[in-house]
Amino acid sequence: MSAVEFRGVRLQLGERCILADTDLSVRDGEFIGVLGPNGAGKTTLMRAILGLIEPAAGAIRVLDRPVLRGNPAVGYMPQVRSLAARHRLSGWSFVASAAQGHRWGLPRLDAAARRDVSWALEQVGAEPLAKRLLAELSGGERQRLLLAQALLGRPRLLLLDEPLISLDPPHQRAVVELARHIQRELAITVLFSAHELNPLLDVIDRVLYLGNRQAALGTVDEVITGPSLSRLYGAEIEVVRLKGRVFVLSGGLEVERDEHRHA
Amino acid sequence: MLEYEFMRHAFGAAAVVAVVAACGGYFLVLRGQTFAGHALAHVGFAGATGAVLIGVSPLWGFLATTVSGGIGMGLLGERLEGRDVAIGIILALSLGLGLLFLHFYTAFAAQATTLLFGNLLGVDAGTLDILAILAAGSLAALAIISRPLLFATLQPELAEAKGVSLRGVSVMFLAIVAVATAECAQIVGVLLVFALMIAPAAAAQRLTSRIAPGVLLAMALALADAWGGLVLAYYTDWPSSFWITALGGLTYLAASLAPR
Repeated sequence: MSAVEFRGVRLQLGERCILADTDLSVRDGEFIGVLGPNGAGKTTLMRAILGLIEPAAGAIRVLDRPVLRGNPAVGYMPQVRSLAARHRLSGWSFVASAAQGHRWGLPRLDAAARRDVSWALEQVGAEPLAKRLLAELSGGERQRLLLAQALLGRPRLLLLDEPLISLDPPHQRAVVELARHIQRELAITVLFSAHELNPLLDVIDRVLYLGNRQAALGTVDEVITGPSLSRLYGAEIEVVRLKGRVFVLSGGLEVERDEHRHA
Repeated sequence: MLEYEFMRHAFGAAAVVAVVAACGGYFLVLRGQTFAGHALAHVGFAGATGAVLIGVSPLWGFLATTVSGGIGMGLLGERLEGRDVAIGIILALSLGLGLLFLHFYTAFAAQATTLLFGNLLGVDAGTLDILAILAAGSLAALAIISRPLLFATLQPELAEAKGVSLRGVSVMFLAIVAVATAECAQIVGVLLVFALMIAPAAAAQRLTSRIAPGVLLAMALALADAWGGLVLAYYTDWPSSFWITALGGLTYLAASLAPR
């Protein structure tokens, strides 16, 4: 069975075409790194899988069903906004606000919902953060809480949008390892978007590279090659491998590193 | 002091309004929209004075303009962000319009002061009933939307993905805030709404990091400020609105200095 399937999908934001006539299929249980330059449509792709953007053409299927907004089987960790940082709320209150948060009524949690919140916190090792103030947590700690929130309801497909942004390399490694651990433990599918390939290199099953309104899905060896990336960037791209790391160069400059600085 | 009927009415009105203002205020602070309450009160001033001019109770004029203003703000949503100049001009225009309406109205001075600074001691039995009914309605509406409102406030992108209509929740919330603002303005006046609506809620958020205790604490603080202000006004003969704002300010200051 497939976790995500695109058939002739065209995604548009207003007049701008983000993705044209794309076919791809992510198998159940895969860990996929979603990469590509800024504005290539990584977030748009995830929003389409969530049912927040209707494809202009084609069809998207998620876990062998048509896209459904609010699908409880899909977990989502949006790109971190600074908003969460200013709240003087406890980690528990923050995570719990997402438990069945779409229902009407008072935000009271029943025993099952409280167990779900505890379970999610435990999965990401964030129990000690539950009592602390959101405003006092580090970026990496907040990231854990966001991941716990995404796990509420025990999803079978997890979409993680740029979880590494504004984290230093040790914290980046910790988040990547945590995501991989959870993916294996729960046997779920993960789409993990990032600016740089290298932090993900050891853990991903396949890479989904977006650029120039196209998408390439395959193993790192298939996709991260000069000709394949040149097509996606619309420019001459060179791929250099050095000490188990991959560098994507355009005119001798490192592309991803540059993207990162602009973010 | 409770042997006077006007004092009993004043205590009743202060209690009703403090509770509803604190609840609305708690979510305004959480959403970073505290200025919305202030802005809605100004818009209401034009409505209230306009109503007086055509012989309608100012409360109804107030409600009509604040509720439409709240719905408008909710619909415009993100497009209002960073539009301080436009909002400021609308506020000034509303006060200016209110002034013009009062100019045509003969009992100018007393009415203006009452609308701008409130008159808690002037609440009659009929007004108290209306305030109580409006407060019950807004609290019920707030209870119904509180869960998706909280979700949309803390995690808008995730809430949207889980099927919450961010705009719908925002419109409903600001309509409720508009009613709370109109109620609040009856007590402390257009200019001092912030003191009763925001100060206790902001203080409560500094004192507790959990949500239900936070809302309850905001209510208790608002009630203490409003009743305390009333008692002090009775014994000093100074305006109750002054005392309520002074206590609100002190509450917030004390909460900010409190160790945690």
